[in-house]
Amino acid sequence: MSAINESVTNMIQRQRENAQEAPKPTDERVRKISPWRVLLDRPELGSIAGTILVFVFFAITAGDSGMFALDGVINWAKVAAYLGILAVGACLLMIAGEFDLSIGSMIGFAGVVVAIPPMYMGWPLWASVIAAFGVCMALGWLNGYLVMRTKLPSFIVTLAFMFVLRGLTLVLSTTFANSTIVSGVGSKFDEAPFVSALFSGTTLHGLFAFLASHGIIESFPNGEPVVGGIPKVLLWWIALAVVAGFVLARTRFGNWIYTVGGDANAAKNVGVPVRRVKISLFVFTAFCACLFGVLQVAEFGSAASDRGLQKEFEAIIAVVIGGTLLTGGFGSVIGACFGAIIFGVVQIGISYTNIDSDWYRVFLGGMLLIAVLFNHYIRSRAASTK
Amino acid sequence: MASDYILELDNVSKFFGTVIALQGVTLRLKRGEVHCLLGDNGAGKSTLIKTLAGVHQPSQGEYRVDGEAVKFGSPREALDRGIATVYQDLALVPLMSVARNFFAGREPRRRLFGVINVLDMRYANETAREKLAEMGIHVRDASQPVGTMSGGERQCLAIARAIHFGAKVLILDEPTAALGVKQSCNVLKLIHKARERGISVIFITHNVHHAYPIADSFTLLNRGQSMGTFAKSDITKEEVLDMMAGGTEIQSLVDELEGRAA
Repeated sequence: MSAINESVTNMIQRQRENAQEAPKPTDERVRKISPWRVLLDRPELGSIAGTILVFVFFAITAGDSGMFALDGVINWAKVAAYLGILAVGACLLMIAGEFDLSIGSMIGFAGVVVAIPPMYMGWPLWASVIAAFGVCMALGWLNGYLVMRTKLPSFIVTLAFMFVLRGLTLVLSTTFANSTIVSGVGSKFDEAPFVSALFSGTTLHGLFAFLASHGIIESFPNGEPVVGGIPKVLLWWIALAVVAGFVLARTRFGNWIYTVGGDANAAKNVGVPVRRVKISLFVFTAFCACLFGVLQVAEFGSAASDRGLQKEFEAIIAVVIGGTLLTGGFGSVIGACFGAIIFGVVQIGISYTNIDSDWYRVFLGGMLLIAVLFNHYIRSRAASTK
Repeated sequence: MASDYILELDNVSKFFGTVIALQGVTLRLKRGEVHCLLGDNGAGKSTLIKTLAGVHQPSQGEYRVDGEAVKFGSPREALDRGIATVYQDLALVPLMSVARNFFAGREPRRRLFGVINVLDMRYANETAREKLAEMGIHVRDASQPVGTMSGGERQCLAIARAIHFGAKVLILDEPTAALGVKQSCNVLKLIHKARERGISVIFITHNVHHAYPIADSFTLLNRGQSMGTFAKSDITKEEVLDMMAGGTEIQSLVDELEGRAA
């Protein structure tokens, strides 16, 4: 009897010891996820895969055409950079659950606001540039305010502004310049070194000249490099993307963007200032559109009322290809940037191939559809209970 | 301690236009008790919660916290007084990680290079995991999306979050409504744990079987009016059931089905 008792006691003792030795209790309901799955859950995966795909495609079809020579790269990188600037703003706004369809029109509008005052009203260029940013950001604020105040979908409010601004652009340019194009602004940029330093031309000319003189990059017969430097638009894009990506991923405001887009009501209940977050993102998006407009005026030396036509859709496509959910709450700036690169490569690359460039839009539409289906699949998995 | 009661609604009414949502409701919450608010759909439970949470202001009557009359302009102000409400939608974002949800709106921050304020994700992940473990939920990886958690776990996450951020009063809106038996049990255990920590709880439900074991007192709400508050010692489960709107209806249905219709 006592032997049995003893053995039972021993057994219990052993079990206790075992229990103490055992590592922290792990939940049998938590399973390991393969690194591949973790990668698959990243929003930007689709766009990176897409980028590789288009690079491979053009490497095969246009590899020896100069598309991947330095001047070719600068060509499509510039297209990507312009769109990328817009996409960075649209991306944050979309993650927060809103759209801005007026950004395309705002590009044209910003252009005439920059161009008209120095040409017809005697303003210095810097003043009109500041005015353009001020007016555009105020319009962005108004967009956001109306959306938040009326609780109407941002789609409809910003659609109204898309038409209002396009119309205003046309009215302004025909009233002052008697034409849909306001030209001659280039000389104003030449007279304003500070504004030019910010927005026009290229930088690192010395480095490129040095590389050219040593035969590392191509040069013209007179010794000037074929590519005179890195376009400012590229620098702006990289700077904006880095800042926006950092804010989104690493800061409190970034967490608020995700929360607001994921569930605005939940965000309100946990004390996130939903209205402030969304309105400030509308303002940021407007800033990006204005920057696009100013850079374009600086590059072309003119403003035109059809600038930025349909850019709002291209930006949304780039953002969606980049893995951001149309409904908000999920996405990444890096993804949007890859989306913009895909745009640049396809738009420019297609002219290097034998393919008729009319196919460009077909290609993009197809790309968008695939991206949306892919994102939908990812999200339904991420949000599912199992 | 100015008052025996941490929360008091004194003769509170709330009108929405011509609709009387609440009529002369008095509710007193003692420190450290679990107070069950029972009522059928449309009894005014939601309005009452929202009044307590600072979403609505009473049209008439007085709302006192610690014996002091208050007028909350927003849920934020109620939260600052330690009154935390866990709604049925839980205020969780499924696509965001457990840690990001846990700290949404109250993100821990540190300084990067001594200048830039950034999220302290390591602290967030560790704290979220620890606090959930205290509540009996073990998440190995606090960076997994909330969407991967079960309904009961989400409910517990929302409650654990409220407790972590210093709730003195927890208002739980039907925390067991959408849950299975075992998960409901976990939530009830969690409510008990909260009480042990000295937190006062208002537990809204229409399920007497969930309410009775855990509650210290009951207030019954019917058609916008309070039918009185009872201590657990003064009332049996059957009496509570009877008093709830529907109790008599169910009885008459039973009678009818059994051929004893009056």
